[in-house]
Amino acid sequence: MTAPTVASGPHTHAVFNVTRTMVAVMICLTPATVFGFAQFGLPSVLLFAVTVLSALGFEIACLAVTGKPVSRFAMDGSALLTGWLVAMTLPPWAPWWVGVTGSGIAIVIAKHAFGGLGQNLFNPAMVARAMLLVALPVPLTSWVAPVGLAGGPDLMASVAITFGGAPIYDAVSSASVLSTLKSGLDAGTSMADILSQTDSLRSQFVGVMAGSLGETSAMLLLLGGVCLILLGIITVAIPVSMMGTLFGLAALAHVIAPDRFPPPLFHVVSGSAMLCAFFIATDYVTSPVTSKGRLIYGAGIGGLIFVIRSWGSFPEGVAFAVLLMNAATPLIDEYVRPRIFGRTRAGKPLELGEKP
Amino acid sequence: MNLSSIAAFLNPVNLFSIRGGIHPETRKFLTAESAIEEMPLPKLLRIPLQQHIGAEAAALVKRGDRVLKGQLIGKARGPVSANIHSPTSGTVVAVGEFAAPHPSGLPVPTVTIRTDGLDEWGPRLPRLRPETASPAEIAAQVAEAGIVGMGGATFPSAIKLNLRDRYPLTTLIINAAECEPYLTCDDRLIREHAEEVADGAAIIAKALGVDEIIFAIESNKPQAAAAIAPFNHPLGLRLQVKVVPTQYPMGSEKHLVQMVTGKETPARALTAELGVVVHNAATAHAVHLAVRYGEPLISRLLTVSGRAISRPANLRVRIGTPVLDIINHCGGLTEDPERLLLGGPMMGQPIATQRVPIVKGTNGILALSASEARKEDMMPCIRCGTCVQACPCGLTPFEMNARIQSGDLDGAARVGLMDCVNCGCCSYVCPSNIPLVQGFAFARGKLAEKQSRKHQQEETKRLAAARIAREEAIAEKKRAAMAKRKAEMAAKKAAEAAAAQEAAK
Repeated sequence: MTAPTVASGPHTHAVFNVTRTMVAVMICLTPATVFGFAQFGLPSVLLFAVTVLSALGFEIACLAVTGKPVSRFAMDGSALLTGWLVAMTLPPWAPWWVGVTGSGIAIVIAKHAFGGLGQNLFNPAMVARAMLLVALPVPLTSWVAPVGLAGGPDLMASVAITFGGAPIYDAVSSASVLSTLKSGLDAGTSMADILSQTDSLRSQFVGVMAGSLGETSAMLLLLGGVCLILLGIITVAIPVSMMGTLFGLAALAHVIAPDRFPPPLFHVVSGSAMLCAFFIATDYVTSPVTSKGRLIYGAGIGGLIFVIRSWGSFPEGVAFAVLLMNAATPLIDEYVRPRIFGRTRAGKPLELGEKP
Repeated sequence: MNLSSIAAFLNPVNLFSIRGGIHPETRKFLTAESAIEEMPLPKLLRIPLQQHIGAEAAALVKRGDRVLKGQLIGKARGPVSANIHSPTSGTVVAVGEFAAPHPSGLPVPTVTIRTDGLDEWGPRLPRLRPETASPAEIAAQVAEAGIVGMGGATFPSAIKLNLRDRYPLTTLIINAAECEPYLTCDDRLIREHAEEVADGAAIIAKALGVDEIIFAIESNKPQAAAAIAPFNHPLGLRLQVKVVPTQYPMGSEKHLVQMVTGKETPARALTAELGVVVHNAATAHAVHLAVRYGEPLISRLLTVSGRAISRPANLRVRIGTPVLDIINHCGGLTEDPERLLLGGPMMGQPIATQRVPIVKGTNGILALSASEARKEDMMPCIRCGTCVQACPCGLTPFEMNARIQSGDLDGAARVGLMDCVNCGCCSYVCPSNIPLVQGFAFARGKLAEKQSRKHQQEETKRLAAARIAREEAIAEKKRAAMAKRKAEMAAKKAAEAAAAQEAAK
């Protein structure tokens, strides 16, 4: 006979736990990541490995310093996922120290300084992205054209690029779609000319273009996102409201001034929008908990992305949009609550026959 | 015609919906096809005098008494209480304290009977003809028979039957949702004794004075729904089967009422205020036996299940049978169970020892293996919001938990702690395995303690003030009496002086 258990129900549990959730997200990220490797060659693989491993290293160090159970917490998958997301947002041929710095910012500053898993106010990967972008504008905007795994540098050359600081050949350096747009508009180029310089919407959707390591293929990110929804890990609220707002505002602007604003689908498939909609904005810790709150939050991010892309000083605004809405999350959760059974929204018991 | 289409056919009326809820693996297949067996009489029966909500019954027997089956051995005491009868014939060997079938295992007053194997009936209650009996007579018979809510709440049923005096009632809902995983005893009861259950429901409806009976069954029990369907006019009343979705906690009274009628019971109110009363299917069967045959509540159906039980079964068991005897009857345990429970896995209670007896509210004995319990180490809350989506009461469990952990119990109460029904959906889905419900129970206990301390302080203050006032009044009286006496004395003296003067003249 077991020792008496004084535990309240339930005495059984659903299958999902933190680790399984994190692993499922990583599996859903895999197609887009592998596509990134295939496009940008071995340097991107090395950068990814260095970023993810350093994230794990920082996690272990922080857990040890704060006196938390290292083996259990480090293996929960959250640090791996954070490192993975940081890597996804980096230029694929960035030097190793950019990845390590990004992981360090994400894990040490954005996560553990706030109290560790579940306590951070801001999305760690986006904090890293924003800080890197501000502090290291050059490495963070050095894009390369998709060279392919076979057509790319061999192992020695790749090691030189990632670890040796070898300069990126002019032949492969390229501009991302959004930076082309930004510089084009700043130079007064007409929208038709800019669009002819950028990749077609179809290749942007598939992802054959210059861009961050794991952000180029909107198609594969959408596939992973749909899997997350089908697995029940995320709900449709944030992706739908974010993309809907971004698309809606872009469409409106495009109708009003087609010369100044690109077509709405352009916004949806370029930059980090797709990664953000399914993998960044849906981060549990930093997003609201109710469906209505999530709709507001997603709409806020979509709107901010459009505003920053259109009028901000950076070509891409996802990281800033997410961070701004992260800051609004506690407020949203305080005011957008589910109605309690048998009570009005204000918390008073219903009157007999009253419709809530 | 397959079973699900029968279920759809039986459900011609529109249903409503409830918020949240979960879909745990039901695991009812372990016992769903096991016909009800009669459990043989054990050697000893231990019958707690408190098997219901309210005051414990007063023992009417003493050590050495011979008792007969159906004999009253515990008399209801006070307005909320229930009679207790001897489940078989035998000798009382002890009237004292014994471990309660409760996680605490604390001793409660218990009558222990050594059974004699004769199972000899004493005088039964007079039979009633529900066709002609008055509602008050039916309620009195149900009270006499010691019937309590058999879904687990154990609230004395007769009190619920008398609600007709206080509220205009329209509908009786028979709760046959049986939404807890594993449990199949209500399912089997309805499949095997549909006519009796329908009759019991009609008797309850007569007592309540309502003429609409809705029989609510979850969609995973199509055979039971089909079995009850032909008995749609018991005692001339209309009985309607409504197949509700399989969704935990469908059997929660207020949620079932919302699902079936679309009406939401206001917080802190009774469903009776909406004109709806809910009784369990097993209670209806007990009412049938009590009214038609004069049999008190001395046995009940329960499901014995879980991977650690060698032969899962649905049993009819006498009240007071020790858990150990029941488990042995089912072939014993195959392994050391991770959890040994009375009730279902969602809201059941772990027991400290197998020596405790089953009581009127015990609908299951579960021995869960580790693979069923899925107990894991707790992780920090990741604010995923799954608990918020799952909560059928519209609460924010993670937030309540955070407030409780930081000692802000009043804050937790402000965001809805007292509206929690303990269903366990939040804890079930929590990916961090946080024991949310346990935290809520703790916080409610603390708040109750605080409340009672406050009450005590106020009471002390009031008594002290009263005492001061009383003493003051006495002193005042004394002073008044003294003053009066003084005045009298002075008057007397003056009179005497005057008399003396007169005399001296």
